[in-house]
Amino acid sequence: MIRRNREFATSGGIPVARFYGPEDLPPDFHLPPAGEFPYTRGIHREMYRSRPWTIRQFSGFATPEETNRRYRYLLEQGQTGLSVAFDLPTLMGRDADDPAAEGEVGKCGAAVSSLADMEALFEGIPLGSVSVSMTINSPAAVIWAMYLAVAEKQGANLATLRGTLQNDILKEYIAQKEYIFPPRPSMRLVTDVIQFATRQTPLFNPISISGYHIREAGSTALEELAFTLRDGIEYVDWALERGLGIDEFAPRLSFFFNAHNDFFEEIAKFRAARRLWATIMRNRFGARDERSLKLRFHAQTAGCSLTWQQPYNNVVRTAIQALAAVLGGAQSLHTNSLDEAWALPSEHAATVALRTQQVILHETGVAAEPDPVGGSWYLEHLSDELERGTHKYFEKIDEMGGMISAIERGYPQSEIARSSYDYQRQVESGDSVVVGVNRFHTREQQPIDTLRISEAAAEVQFARLRRVREERSAEAVRGALNRLRNAAETRDNLMPFILEAVKSYATLGEVCESLQQVFGVWQERNLSL
Amino acid sequence: MNAPIRVLVAKPGLDGHDRGAKVIARALRDAGMEVIYTGLRQTPEMIVNAALEEDVQVIGLSILSGAHNAIVPRVLALLREKEMTDVKVIVGGIIPDEDARELLAQGVAAVFQPGASLDAIVASVQQAAGQARMAPGQKT
Repeated sequence: MIRRNREFATSGGIPVARFYGPEDLPPDFHLPPAGEFPYTRGIHREMYRSRPWTIRQFSGFATPEETNRRYRYLLEQGQTGLSVAFDLPTLMGRDADDPAAEGEVGKCGAAVSSLADMEALFEGIPLGSVSVSMTINSPAAVIWAMYLAVAEKQGANLATLRGTLQNDILKEYIAQKEYIFPPRPSMRLVTDVIQFATRQTPLFNPISISGYHIREAGSTALEELAFTLRDGIEYVDWALERGLGIDEFAPRLSFFFNAHNDFFEEIAKFRAARRLWATIMRNRFGARDERSLKLRFHAQTAGCSLTWQQPYNNVVRTAIQALAAVLGGAQSLHTNSLDEAWALPSEHAATVALRTQQVILHETGVAAEPDPVGGSWYLEHLSDELERGTHKYFEKIDEMGGMISAIERGYPQSEIARSSYDYQRQVESGDSVVVGVNRFHTREQQPIDTLRISEAAAEVQFARLRRVREERSAEAVRGALNRLRNAAETRDNLMPFILEAVKSYATLGEVCESLQQVFGVWQERNLSL
Repeated sequence: MNAPIRVLVAKPGLDGHDRGAKVIARALRDAGMEVIYTGLRQTPEMIVNAALEEDVQVIGLSILSGAHNAIVPRVLALLREKEMTDVKVIVGGIIPDEDARELLAQGVAAVFQPGASLDAIVASVQQAAGQARMAPGQKT
């Protein structure tokens, strides 16, 4: 909440009146129950009564073996799904021993350079029954191919695999900036994955259309909502262009939103997202299958809201943000750890974060009723405002010729940069209060123990890469990479070629390098300050 | 009147989270400085070359990925190699206290951790540029 000159507004600048009453609702106001179009109140009739949200804590660090131990620990502690964090070299399609990876191996996630690493990551974790989410984008097709190869080796049936691949390249150009290839060949890879998944892994979500990173880059709630849904429209356009039927793939599109501080604005955002998507799918794309209309989303509490100062306050922020996600009807949830402004979470901090969700689910009673705050005049007003604002952004981006053209012009990037700067100025002036940072200081920092990633992780990865390169058939790798390059020149789906390459133990870097030779690389030109 | 301070804001390493770098660049610009933002994924060599070409007094490095212990010493070494020690280096990002102490000992002018105020950062760049101006070998 911002307060300037006695005017109140949401964090995103939506004016907040002195009070709201029935006169603030539109005359035709009508709120169908959860499970009914347009799903404002939730996608299931009973919501969490029949199916609690999935507690899915994102984690990964250092070597695949160390991450594997953390996964087993989290599963023992009652976590119900896994979510893999990869390190920066992996996210950028580089092997651990690439010179550009110096100092970064295992620092922000687990290092995976070849199928051998993926095997170690899921050692003893049955992929046939555990659902796994993977945060990977530019090289998503390659990492997913490794995952499928491990699942096959474990004897799992691909048709029953459950999980989610982030595979959302548009928000990389917009916000997180972990791109390799230019937008159009990247979109082709995304569409290859969606097409392959539709046929081979019908229960796996081949994309998680993400607002999370847009918000973390400093957008408002409205920009997060609008850009994310507009990205969704772009993916649908490409899949249709590929020849897929809307109801063939749309039921497996999934979303990922941020759960930030402004409590009611966030709940309104989730409700507006469902209503908007259902309407887009029905009216813009003619979807008929009810599952195509239902926006399913994962939520994560806001990393950028966590403070370095007085870190225990972060437990409180996270709990309130998580509550907003639950009241907003999330299908799965990650709660951040109190120490994440300092480092990757320690085991202790990660456990507190997990317990936060268990407290909300089992002790507060909020899971007993779908959309329990629906019908609040204020909340309904905010939901309407966000919906209206989103339509305005859609018009603007449609006029530009779609999201890819908008990205090439730097449009969403500059909108976000402006919002993030505005916010920082509000913090600077005190219009926005950040407890412990610009108000309510304490003299002494509370010490916390943080996780440090040792440089030894990189050595372990180098050794495994050397062994992989020695033991594999150089000829098989060369042949597979040649076939992949040739296919990249055509319009064929690349997944079978990528699968062949990773199964021959071609490394992530080799596969991405081969694709780069055909696709080129992307450099952001419009550096809007 | 003094010429405006020239500062290079750089984002080394593989990380693409440029929110902080862009906010700082804007704040320095609004404080009247000439700001050159390098964009993403700059190697220490590219950063030092850009600093030389743009004739800046201060380099600001934004690093959130934990790679600061590999990257910052390389930037400092290259500056020494090219006899550009009059150019001051300021680092911002997720830098643990013990690493911050070590970077300062190696010659970094200032380290800013999360939550630092824009005013404090602007003042620090002004101070570093003042020192740079007085240093021998400064081209004016």
